[in-house]
Amino acid sequence: MARMKFLCDAERCIACNGCTTACKNENDVPWGVNRRRVVTINDGVIGAEKSISVACMHCSDAPCMAVCPVDCFYHTEDGVVLHDKDLCIGCGYCFYACPFGAPQFPQTGAFGLRGKMDKCTFCAGGPEPDRSEAEFKKYGRNRLAEGKLPLCAEMCSTKALLAGDGDVIADIYRDRVVRRGKGSEVWGWATAYGPPKGGQKPAPQGAKS
Amino acid sequence: MRALKWVVVAAAAIAMAGLAGCGEREQVVVYKQGKYQGKPDQLPWNNAPLAYGSAKWTQGNEKSWEDELKTRTQNQNEYVRIDH
Repeated sequence: MARMKFLCDAERCIACNGCTTACKNENDVPWGVNRRRVVTINDGVIGAEKSISVACMHCSDAPCMAVCPVDCFYHTEDGVVLHDKDLCIGCGYCFYACPFGAPQFPQTGAFGLRGKMDKCTFCAGGPEPDRSEAEFKKYGRNRLAEGKLPLCAEMCSTKALLAGDGDVIADIYRDRVVRRGKGSEVWGWATAYGPPKGGQKPAPQGAKS
Repeated sequence: MRALKWVVVAAAAIAMAGLAGCGEREQVVVYKQGKYQGKPDQLPWNNAPLAYGSAKWTQGNEKSWEDELKTRTQNQNEYVRIDH
């Protein structure tokens, strides 16, 4: 079973914000909402500046899902965290729980009324008929149902942002690290060591990969 | 003598109450996955491939859909796209 994940290679990201723009365009994201954004650290420091593209990481054990008082989140069979906007009350608990600041709230009206939560869907739409207009209006494009991957990663010019089955993108990234001989500060068992081979001990229980 | 007995009992009660403060409780939040209350979603592989799209899979077959996406994921790997 596929387990969809994003992986951003900080050695390659040039902070062009192409992913942010592509996401906004593809999903018709409203003003004030950024499902994806680029974060830069050590800005302007030569040799130490790093950028990374951040959105919902579709956690295997998602805190947003745990704190939601109306239980509007669900995991799809391929590991994508989605939510039902018809059920969301816009309380903002998920925003406080998320370590990546992924949940976004459209603000409208004179008093900045907070609307229903909006976040990256891994271009997988939501609980409306697949590829329907209703799904597009509420959640954006359902590229997975078209046999495609999220546009942010597919159009990334330096291929810093990878999206797809966690094991496949971990292999791509590990191959890169080996070839360039740096950036080995990788995290996650499968990313660092690859999938378990015959006769090899499996990854420790509870470890993320 | 009787007053002393009450003092001892009171001291013992205070000591017991004090000891209760030494109890250690689990401070780590244990997340419990909520039960989804919303509408059911469709499975992506149950859709027919787009007539004009390049992605092809057998409708309703999860494995063929996953294989299609895995092949597509390799488009992000320039070491495969371009022979090095």
